[in-house]
Amino acid sequence: MISKVRRSQIMDLLAMGSRVDGRGLEDLRTIEIRCGVVANADGSAEVRMGKTLAIAGVKTSIGTPFPDTPDMGILIVNAEFLPIASPTFEPGPPDENAIELARVIDRGLRRSEILDLQKLCIVPGKAVWEIWVDIHALNHDGNLMDASALASVAALLTARIPKATLTEDKEVNLDKSVREKLPIKGVPATVTIAKIGDKLLVDPCLDEEEVADAFLTATFINDKLCAIQKRGEKSLTVEETLKCLRIAQKKARELVAITMEGTGYGKD
Amino acid sequence: MKDKEATLILPDGRRLDGRRPGEIRDIKIKVGILENADGSAYVEQGNTKIYAAVYGPREVHPRHLALPNKAIIRCRYHMAPFSVEERKSPAPSRREIELSKVIREALTPAIFVEQFPFTTIDVFVEVINADGSTRCASIIAASLALASAGIPMRDLVAACSVGKINGVLVLDVTDVEDKYGEVDMPFAMMPGKGEITLFQLDGVLTLEEAEEAIKMASKACMEIYEKEKSALKAKYIEARKAVEEVV
Repeated sequence: MISKVRRSQIMDLLAMGSRVDGRGLEDLRTIEIRCGVVANADGSAEVRMGKTLAIAGVKTSIGTPFPDTPDMGILIVNAEFLPIASPTFEPGPPDENAIELARVIDRGLRRSEILDLQKLCIVPGKAVWEIWVDIHALNHDGNLMDASALASVAALLTARIPKATLTEDKEVNLDKSVREKLPIKGVPATVTIAKIGDKLLVDPCLDEEEVADAFLTATFINDKLCAIQKRGEKSLTVEETLKCLRIAQKKARELVAITMEGTGYGKD
Repeated sequence: MKDKEATLILPDGRRLDGRRPGEIRDIKIKVGILENADGSAYVEQGNTKIYAAVYGPREVHPRHLALPNKAIIRCRYHMAPFSVEERKSPAPSRREIELSKVIREALTPAIFVEQFPFTTIDVFVEVINADGSTRCASIIAASLALASAGIPMRDLVAACSVGKINGVLVLDVTDVEDKYGEVDMPFAMMPGKGEITLFQLDGVLTLEEAEEAIKMASKACMEIYEKEKSALKAKYIEARKAVEEVV
C-alpha cells in the first residue's frame, strides 16, 4: 500500500530522471557487509542495503547424497520473511514471495557453481556435506532479493567448516578444532532492476517497489548470466529486457568488487 | 546434476526426438473441454499434457482479499502424482508454489483486471503428464481457458522454452534435454504486443546468447500464437455447426 501523494512524487521525480532518495536511476544504495556475526553458524553475513537488512547463516551437516548425484554435496537455500522485517509480513511458513526469493537465489548459487559440490563429497554414495543457507529478512526497505543474495554469497565465502576425516571402519569423523574453507569456485552477483513506466531503475527501495510495474533479477558469474527471474504483474518489452540485462551486467561487476572487499575474499 | 557427457544432439544435427534445434514439438490444443469451468483448455506438446480451467470473474472468498479497483487473479499450478517418473506427493511443493506465482504473473498483464473490481479470476492448471516445458504449456492452456471464459484480454499469451544442449540453443525443451542440458529458459509473451510476461533462466548464457535465445523464443511464440487463435476459433466453428444442425 502506498499513498497517492507518494506515488505521484515518485513518478514526478522519475520523469525528471531522479529518485525519492536522491539516487540516479542506476545507482546502488550504500552497502555494508558484516561477516561472521553469528558465532554458532559455520558462516554468516549481515548485509545492509540502505535501510534494507538481511542476514544469512550457513550451517553444515553430514548427510547421504541424492541417488542421482552420489558424488556431490548438497546445497539447500531457505528464506524467512520475518514479521520483525515489515508490518506486512506474517508469521508462519514461507509464503510465495519468500519461496520465490529462496529459489531464485538457489538457482544463482547453484548455476554460478559458487561451491564445488564434487569436493563436498566425503564417501561417494554414502556421506556428503549438506550446506544449508538460511536467509532471514530483518528490515524490508525494498530489494530483499539482492540483499539476501549478497548475504548468502558473503556467508558462503567466509564460512569455515570442520575437517571431515574417515576412521578405519569408514565412519566419518569431524574434527571441530580444524576449520576449513568451503571449496569456492567463483563469486556471483545478483542485481534487480525495477520498471516504473518507461524508466528502469537499479536496486528499488520499498516505495519504488510499491509502484513498480515489473522487475528483472539477474545473477551473473564471470560476466555471464546464470539465473534470471522476471517478476511483477506487468510486462517488459524485448528492448527493456535487453536493456535491463546490460545494466545488470554492469552493476554485477560493481557488486562483485563490493563483495570481495566486504568479505576479504581473494586476499588470503 | 548435469551429466556433461550426455549426447542430446546427434551427428546429423537433429535432437533425440528428431527435431532440429529451432523446431517446436507438435501442439494439440482443445478449447472448452471441461463443462463445469467457465473456460477451459487442454494442451498437448509431445508428452507434456495439461488441463487448465478458469472460474470467474466471481466473488472472492475470503472477502478481505477483494480489491476495490480491480479483480485479483489467483493461479494454482499442480502436478498429478502420476505425471512424473517417481510418484510426486500431491501436496504443493516449493517448485509448484513458485510456478503458480510466475504463471499468474505471466497471465495478469493480458487481463483487463480493472473491469472487474471486488472479484477474483481463478486459474487452475493440472499437469497430467510432464515431459519438459510444463510451465510454458500451462501458460498456453491457461491463456486459452481465460479467453474461452470470455474474460476481456489485451492479447493471448504464448509461451516457449529455450534450452542449450551440447552447446546449441534449442526450442521447446523436453524433460531429458532439461535434465541433461546446460540451460533452461522459460519464456512467455503477448505476441501481438511484443511484450514479455515471463522470463526465467536456469543455466549459464552470455548476454549475446541470451539475446539470441529471446529472438528464438519470440519467433516460436508467434508460431504458437497462430495455433492458439485457430484452436480458439475452432471451438466456435464447432458450436455454430451444432446449432445449424439443430436449426
